[in-house]
Amino acid sequence: MAQSQPTAPASSPGRRDDFLEVRRRADGGAVLVLRGAWVTARWRELPRALPVAAETVAALDIAQLTALDSAGASRLAALLGAQRLQALAAALPAERRALLERVAASLAAAGSPPAPAPRDLFAPLVALGRTTSRGLAHLRLLVGFLGLVLVRLGIALLTPHRLRLTATVHQMQAAGLEAVPIVTLLSFLVGAVVAFLGATVLQVFGAGIYTVDLVAYSFLREFGVLLAAILLAGRTASSFAAQLGTMKVNEEIDALETLGLDPVEVLVIPRVVALLVVFPLLSFLAMAAGLAGGAAVALVELAVSPARFLAIVEEVPVRHFWVGMGKAPLFAFTIALIGCLEGFKVTGSASSVGDRTTSAVVQAIFFVILFDALAALFCMEMGW
Amino acid sequence: MSEAVIQVQGLTTRFGATVVHRGLDLEVRRGEILGVVGGSGTGKSVLLRACIGLVRPVAGEVRLFGERLDGPAGDALRRRFGVLFQNGALFSSLTVAENVAFPLVEHLGLPRPEALELARARLALAGFPLEAAERYPKALSGGMVKRAALARALALEPELLFLDEPTAGLDPITAGAFDRLVVTLRDALGLTVFLVTHDLDTLYAACDRVAVLARGRVLVADTLARVRDTDDPWIREYFHGPRGRAAAAAQR
Ligand SMILES: Nc1ncnc2c1ncn2[C@@H]1O[C@H](COP(=O)(O)OP(=O)(O)O)[C@@H](O)[C@H]1O
Ligand SMILES: [Mg+2]
Repeated sequence: MAQSQPTAPASSPGRRDDFLEVRRRADGGAVLVLRGAWVTARWRELPRALPVAAETVAALDIAQLTALDSAGASRLAALLGAQRLQALAAALPAERRALLERVAASLAAAGSPPAPAPRDLFAPLVALGRTTSRGLAHLRLLVGFLGLVLVRLGIALLTPHRLRLTATVHQMQAAGLEAVPIVTLLSFLVGAVVAFLGATVLQVFGAGIYTVDLVAYSFLREFGVLLAAILLAGRTASSFAAQLGTMKVNEEIDALETLGLDPVEVLVIPRVVALLVVFPLLSFLAMAAGLAGGAAVALVELAVSPARFLAIVEEVPVRHFWVGMGKAPLFAFTIALIGCLEGFKVTGSASSVGDRTTSAVVQAIFFVILFDALAALFCMEMGW
Repeated sequence: MSEAVIQVQGLTTRFGATVVHRGLDLEVRRGEILGVVGGSGTGKSVLLRACIGLVRPVAGEVRLFGERLDGPAGDALRRRFGVLFQNGALFSSLTVAENVAFPLVEHLGLPRPEALELARARLALAGFPLEAAERYPKALSGGMVKRAALARALALEPELLFLDEPTAGLDPITAGAFDRLVVTLRDALGLTVFLVTHDLDTLYAACDRVAVLARGRVLVADTLARVRDTDDPWIREYFHGPRGRAAAAAQR
C-alpha cells in the first residue's frame, strides 16, 4: 500500500535545506518549517546553523516532519537555544511537545561541558618532567615499601605464630610447585643450547671436553638462578600484581584495613616467605636441569658418558654453586616485592590492573638482571 | 489493544542442575513500564539476560518485536533495545562521554567529534551533569554511574529499555529522581521498559504493571492494585509487610 501513494516531493537525503526552511508570516515573524526525519541515523546531515537569527523565529511548523527523536530534538535545541525551543514547543501537539520540552529542559539543566584545555607549547617538556618526577616518586615508594616489608618480615619471623601458614603454603604451591615443569623444561633446553654452542666452538681447538666445564660454570654461577628468576618474574610477579590489584579494585584491601588487619602482613608476607622458600629450590632444579641438558648434548655430540660428565662437574669448585645460590633469596625478594607493590598501586579500573601487571613483569626482570650484573662484577673483583 | 513488544513463552533456563525458570510466560506491551519483582535468587536477572540473548534457554522462546534474537533479524533487533546493567557496566578505560559515544561510533559510523556531541545530548537527557562528562567512571558517584549507563543504553535511540535494579544502592532521594526520570523518558521517547527491581517505591512511582516471579514462573502479572490483592504468601509478605505498607502510605 505504501507503493500506491504518491512519493513525497524531492527529499534526497544529502541536501541540508531539505530539513529546514524559513517562511515569513504576514505579521513579519519567521516560521521555521521542519521537514523529513530528524533522527539519530541522520545526525550528520542535520543542519548546523539557522538561516535566520534564533530570536526572530516566532513559530515552528512540523506538518512535514516525518520523524523526530531525542537526537533531532537536541539538534533543534542547539539551533534555537533550549529556552527558545521550550517556548516554541508549547504551541505544538502533545506527542511532539513532550519530547521537545523534555530535551530542552534537560539541556538547560545539564550545564555546559568544561572548556578544553588550551594547547601548550611546552607540553613535551612538561611530560618529560612529569615522567622523571614520577620515576623518582616510584623509587621512593619502592624503598619505603622495602622497609615496611622488612620490618613486617622481621616481626613475622620473631613471632612465627603470626605467620599465616595456610596462605603461605598455598602461595608455595602456586608459585613453586606449579612452576616446576616449565622451569625444568626451559633450563634443560637452555643447557642443551649452551652445550651445543660450546661443542661447536671448542671442538675447533680440540678442546671439546671443556664444553662440560662451560655448562657447569654457567649454570651453577649464573644461568640456573637467572632463568628461574626470569620465569618467576613473568609468572609470579604478574600474578601477585593482578591478584592484589583486583582486590584493590573490589575494595577488599580497604575492607581488610577496616577489620583491623594489616594488608602487608596478611597479603604480602605470605607471598614473600613463600618465594624465599621455593625460589632457591627452583633455582637448584634449574641448575640440575641445565646440567642434564648439557649432559645429553655431550653424550650425543662429544660421546662423553654421563658418568664422565658428572666426574668433571664434581671437580668444579663448590663456591661457584654458592655464588649462584647466594643470589636466589635476593631475586626472590625482588620479585615478590615488586609484584605486590604494583598490585597495591592499582587505582580502580580494569585497565589499571593490566598496566600494573605489565609494569610488575618489566620491573622485576629489569631489577633481576641489574642485580645479577652487579653481583657478577662484585664477585669478579672479589676473586670468588 | 497495544501489541506485545516482549513475548516470553514456555521459557526454561538451567545452570547445571539448578533450574531457574520452568515454562515461564510473560508479555510486555508497547509503551508500558513493567516492573519485575521477586525474592533474591528467583531469576529476575536471568530472565532479563534471557530476554536480551545473553542466556540461552533450554526450552521455550523469547520474541522481541515478534522476532527471535537468534534468528536472521538478530543484529537489527539488538539496536532496538538498550540495557542498563545492575552495576552500570561502564567501560572503565573510557570517559563517560566516550562510553556513550562508543555505540554511536561503532554502529552509526559517526566521526568522533560528532559522536561526542550527540553523546553529550544523551547525557543531558539522562540528567547527567555535563561538567562531569570528561571524568572516568571510577570518579563518579553511584547515582551518576546509573545516569551515565542509562545515557549509554539510550545512545542508539532504542524503543525498548531493560533496567536491572536501577535504584539498588542509591539513596532514597536519588532513587526517587531516577524513578521519575524513567517515567519522563518513557513519556517523551515512547519507550517500553522492562524494569527489574527490589524497590517497592519504584513499583508505586514508576510501574504500570507488575510481574511477580516465584518458583520459576510468573505468579501474576497485572496492575499493582490487583497484584497486591493476590492470595500468595510471598506476595502478602512483600506488599503487606512493614516496608510494603510504608511504601503504599508514602504514595498516598
Ligand atoms: N552464571 C550462573 N551460573 C550458575 N548459576 C547462576 C548463574 N547466574 C545465575 N545463577 C543462579 O540462578 C538463580 C537466579 O539468579 P538471579 O537471576 O541473578 O537472581 P535475582 O532474581 O536475584 O536477580 C540463582 O540461584 C543463581 O544462583
Ligand atoms: Mg539480580
